[in-house]
Amino acid sequence: MTTKLFGERVQRREDARLITGQGRFLDDLGANALAAAFVRSPHAHARIRDVDVSAALDVEGLVAIYTWEDLPGLLAEPLPLLIPHPALTHGRTGHALARDIVRHVGEPVVMVVAADRYVAEDACSLIEVDYEILKPVVGVEEAAEAVNLVHADVPGNVGAHLVQEVPSPDGLSAREAIEAAPHTLAFRLDIERSASMPLEGKGVYARWDADDQSLRVYSSTQTSTSVRMAVAAKLGLPLPKVEVVAPDVGGGFGVKIVHPWPEEILVPWAARLLDREVKWTEDRREHFISSAHERAQVHHVRVGFDDDGRVLGLDVNILHDHGAYTPYGIIVPIITSTQLVGPYKIGAYRVEFSSIYTNTVQVTPYRGAGRPQGVFCMERTMDRIAAHLGLDRTEVRTANFIQPGEFPYDQGMTFQDGRPLIYDSGDYPESLRMLKELIGWDSFPAMKAEAAAEGRAIGIGVGCYVEGTGVGPYEGGHVQITSDGRVHVSTGLTSQGQGHETVFAQIAATELGVPIEKVSVVTGDTRRFGYAVGTFASRAAVMSGNAIALACRKVRDKALKVAADALEADPRDLEITDGVVHVAGTPSASIPLATVAVLSNPLRYAFDKETQRATQFAGAQDDDRPPVADGEEPGMEGKDYYSPIRSTFASGMHAAIVETDPLTAEIKILRYVVVHDCGKLINPMIVEGQIHGGVGQGVGGALYEKMVYDEHGQLLNASFMDFLMPYATEVPRIETAHLETPSPLNPLGVKGAGEAGVIPVSAVIAAAIEDAEGITIDRMPISPSDLYSLRAETRLRKIQ
Amino acid sequence: MKPPPFDYHRPAGLGEALQALAEAGSHGKVLAGGQSLIPLLNMRLAAPGHLVDINGLTELATISADASGVRVGALARHAAVERDGSARAVQPLLAQALALVAHPVIRNRGTVVGSLVHADPSAEMPAVLALLGGSVRLARLGGERDVHARDFFVGPLESACLPGEMAVSAFFPALPERSGTAFCEVARRHGDYAVAGVAAAVTLDEDFRIIAARVACVSVGPVPVVVDVTGVCGQRPPASVDWDEVARAVQDRIEPEGDIHATAGYRRHLTGVLVTRALRGAAQDAARSGANDAGEGRA
Amino acid sequence: MSERTGEHRHAITLTVNGVLREAAVPARRLLSDCLRHDLGLTGTHVGCEHGVCGACTVLLDGEPVRSCLTFAVTVDGHEITTVEGLAERGELSPVQRAFSECHGLQCGFCTPGFLCTVTAFLRDNRTPTDEEVLEAVSGNLCRCTGYQNIIKAVHRAAEIQAEESG
Ligand SMILES: Cc1cc2nc3c(=O)[nH]c(=O)nc-3n(C[C@H](O)[C@H](O)[C@H](O)COP(=O)(O)OP(=O)(O)OC[C@H]3O[C@@H](n4cnc5c(N)ncnc54)[C@H](O)[C@@H]3O)c2cc1C
Ligand code: FES
Ligand code: FES
Repeated sequence: MTTKLFGERVQRREDARLITGQGRFLDDLGANALAAAFVRSPHAHARIRDVDVSAALDVEGLVAIYTWEDLPGLLAEPLPLLIPHPALTHGRTGHALARDIVRHVGEPVVMVVAADRYVAEDACSLIEVDYEILKPVVGVEEAAEAVNLVHADVPGNVGAHLVQEVPSPDGLSAREAIEAAPHTLAFRLDIERSASMPLEGKGVYARWDADDQSLRVYSSTQTSTSVRMAVAAKLGLPLPKVEVVAPDVGGGFGVKIVHPWPEEILVPWAARLLDREVKWTEDRREHFISSAHERAQVHHVRVGFDDDGRVLGLDVNILHDHGAYTPYGIIVPIITSTQLVGPYKIGAYRVEFSSIYTNTVQVTPYRGAGRPQGVFCMERTMDRIAAHLGLDRTEVRTANFIQPGEFPYDQGMTFQDGRPLIYDSGDYPESLRMLKELIGWDSFPAMKAEAAAEGRAIGIGVGCYVEGTGVGPYEGGHVQITSDGRVHVSTGLTSQGQGHETVFAQIAATELGVPIEKVSVVTGDTRRFGYAVGTFASRAAVMSGNAIALACRKVRDKALKVAADALEADPRDLEITDGVVHVAGTPSASIPLATVAVLSNPLRYAFDKETQRATQFAGAQDDDRPPVADGEEPGMEGKDYYSPIRSTFASGMHAAIVETDPLTAEIKILRYVVVHDCGKLINPMIVEGQIHGGVGQGVGGALYEKMVYDEHGQLLNASFMDFLMPYATEVPRIETAHLETPSPLNPLGVKGAGEAGVIPVSAVIAAAIEDAEGITIDRMPISPSDLYSLRAETRLRKIQ
Repeated sequence: MKPPPFDYHRPAGLGEALQALAEAGSHGKVLAGGQSLIPLLNMRLAAPGHLVDINGLTELATISADASGVRVGALARHAAVERDGSARAVQPLLAQALALVAHPVIRNRGTVVGSLVHADPSAEMPAVLALLGGSVRLARLGGERDVHARDFFVGPLESACLPGEMAVSAFFPALPERSGTAFCEVARRHGDYAVAGVAAAVTLDEDFRIIAARVACVSVGPVPVVVDVTGVCGQRPPASVDWDEVARAVQDRIEPEGDIHATAGYRRHLTGVLVTRALRGAAQDAARSGANDAGEGRA
Repeated sequence: MSERTGEHRHAITLTVNGVLREAAVPARRLLSDCLRHDLGLTGTHVGCEHGVCGACTVLLDGEPVRSCLTFAVTVDGHEITTVEGLAERGELSPVQRAFSECHGLQCGFCTPGFLCTVTAFLRDNRTPTDEEVLEAVSGNLCRCTGYQNIIKAVHRAAEIQAEESG
């Protein structure tokens, strides 16, 4: 490998179009498409008695109105349950248009197609739906009491129940280990609802080609290949007649991995039925009330530990609020359950969760996907143990760390991919050392005392996590070198701003020895690559990155073979530099890759001067061999897949110093420090960007963002005015350091980095506030008003 | 989120605007900066039959300051008022408060008068007008009236501006010499409407003792809550005022409510803290201006 | 706009990125929609349509405003600059270059709003302090970057601007 780009801070190639307004996002397409809009349920729980569309029929520009009754065949069936699981005994999904019962505010009831969105909304406002209001179920604990049911056929509102037990090395169950432990603690921890909230909402645009009987669908999705399969199946179309393209996507963070959204099948269906282009662009209010949320969980923790703070037994009981439906199964509570244990050796572990229906927007993964909750549990537990024993909080963590020599380390559970939870590599003690040094952990007490002398309250917190990344089953890569010397790379998974075009080009350029300018990358376009899973779980760089590397290696081998024939050399003596194959040490004996590509494709018809070299009378062939030898294929292209035996485990540790205002209870983050280990870095600039963005969202989740439902199931803050995503003024400067423990599991030695930044933030900020205030923090997010109430309660308790 | 249809009027002059408003009656609304009205339209929370767009009436984009105070025309944008040197000199509280209104880009478009008519109990400008005892000039076809701030703010999002009327300007009186002002607030995010906020004005006598002190509180009642605390302060220098007592006096007068961002109790507490901060700030400001005046007098 | 609706349309003329453009729009047409869908300038993005996110920010007579909180009819006869108009004669502006150089964008959805806001800011304040930079971008949401590289990019753009004019 001579063209070294892997590991460099290569500038992003996506930027050129995005900074000039030339990006193509979903709503930028389909200038002539009709617009779809939806009548959505204003009630959290109701029976639809009647839909009266008559008043809307006079709206000029109206094209069509559809209700559930209009939907044919599979379209009328419930939406797919994407990830079934034996423990999900009562999985339920909604319909593309509500059938008779609506189960959350925002559920689509009527679809309107009109000349433009303005007119479509006019028509929507004139459609009258008669509802019989049913009792709403709001709040996970209320739901667990099951006074009212979300689904009449789901007893207790329980969709799933799962227990995982890992006994201690000497065979004790967690509960036995806790009983036997010298110290025990029990407490409750809460995390509230938030959401991915990408700045671009969802959107679908479909074109039906009546002549060709084929469908082209554009969707702002994290998985175009799976949308394609779902659309083909629901519409009864042959798969080859359906193409799905993810254009530029304005952020995903999880919500766009769910599919097919009702609109993703309704819009193509209507386009075909009407033989007109149809587009739906989700607006912000729709995104709040009809996409997906995450995070809300209640955790009851019991822990037993020894005098050094070593955890002997841990028993966690989780109530997971999965909203009205379970299209994405129970991935979130499974991840919480399994990733909770973090970088630690827990003596014996028992985790149990119940996944509960409520009349609220469905819950599916949002960046971090259950890990922020798990880490909140584990790290708050570590801090409680330290407080109980009067030990330094980092000492307790150190006492529990898995040591560098102990990898692969088997946590004894089943991970979210159905595979054993075995950590591949890491160096947790070194991470913590680096973190403490960066933040100045040991000198903090002096700093705190100094601040206190000035009447200021400051506190420090730390949080550690391990993140299973790059989950299977697979991704693929296709690489083609054309006769002009250009390299075309494609992979099926999609991009939402992670810089895949750049990173994959770096990998291809490095593997093939070509200048990066020669490489172009396409993601998320089923016309180019049909088999893929999608972009989620910090998997793109690991999965597609390795697949592309493997595909490049195939192409490289082939190129060297063809070049060796032409140069009459041994392929083992050849190198590729700057797009030219040459004999090592003899630069004059060389042949450009472009020519190699020409020679690899025996031609009858030349289309330019260069390709004349590959035609049948050019004399370049061996008369005793067929032009395309056995086992060979024409052309300089290769495809390969990467399918790992299991996930690779990235890790990291964050620390923060916060200041709390003694009067106003405002909370300010003074410093935020991250030590991050995602194995080998392909592009440190991009990895740092991912961390910054993750921490930014983490700060939102810790101090600002929550979805507030009232007792009627109305979302009270369904706007950016009241759902407080942080601005630049709310996010602190983030200091980062990298540690690289390569993954032994994949050829590139990389681990995922997409989600990491967000994971421990709530735990870290809670710890720092607790340290500043001397008040236990067991519920996040926390606002100044919350802190004020906590102070008042604490004062009251002290007086009593 | 697209606005419903409406009939659009783009008057060429004030008379035409008033004519259009008169004809539209209760179905008519003025469109000024649109920074509050258009979000409501986009969410279809408002559906006026007629919109009278005053953005072409540049004659209303006026800011005039003299010794008595600052008169701000209906088309004067927040940003223009904030930057206006003479307005700042005559009534510094305007710029102090405007820096807390939304974000700079919103201030490029939103108008001070629009903000008053909109009468959001969390907004800064109504509190400023109420604190200073200013007034709003309302014009209608064939007439005009000035409404004092105390009568102008009727309830949350409700002002005394009647159907058919247009607010053509607002007057923010200047304060006597040796006066100072301050605006302190706490918002969830920078630029958000305040969870609680306090505008304060203090006037000192020649011996730098407080002879007048008032606050106006936002987000703790249906309209800005103005409390005269001159009596509680006593005729004392700021350093010997019992600020806790002053804060309590104000806290007794407000009616905060809880919402998703803060409890009523926190708002009450915070208002107390901010009353002290704002009054002290205003007193310092007054002392500075008194010292400057004295300096100028000697020179 | 394929199908005409019965609504009354107003003929308006805008100078967009230096080019005179005409459109016939209903009064309720938001400037954001007019730019994107009537004039085909889709670089201006729409993230909330209630004024909070700033993705739709364009320059109106040189000053940044929310195009989602402006009716196209209101700005008849005025000058608009969108992200498509920031590069001059094919050359990227200092602000555009700085955003790319500092990795100040990820998905790029918020970027046009930031670029327009910052362009006007650095025109009026060529040597901003840290605090002024923060205030300048404080009305624009970005869900991807955590803002750190955006802030860096604004400083860098000021630097480039100074280098090139000095
Ligand atoms: C993201 C965001 C954040 C904001 N944050 C704040 C904040 O922190 N503090 C704050 O105070 N404001 C805030 N605002 C509101 C902003 O200040 C508005 O500009 C202001 O409230 C209204 O002024 P306007 O000119 O835009 O009025 P418009 O939106 O045009 O009108 C508002 C109302 O007043 C009426 N009206 C306007 N002018 C007249 C007139 N001359 N005569 C009669 N009726 C009239 C209209 O009919 C309408 O009912 C925010 C707005 C946004 C979008
Ligand atoms: S779209 Fe205009 S501010 Fe969000
Ligand atoms: S780069 Fe995606 S929202 Fe800012």
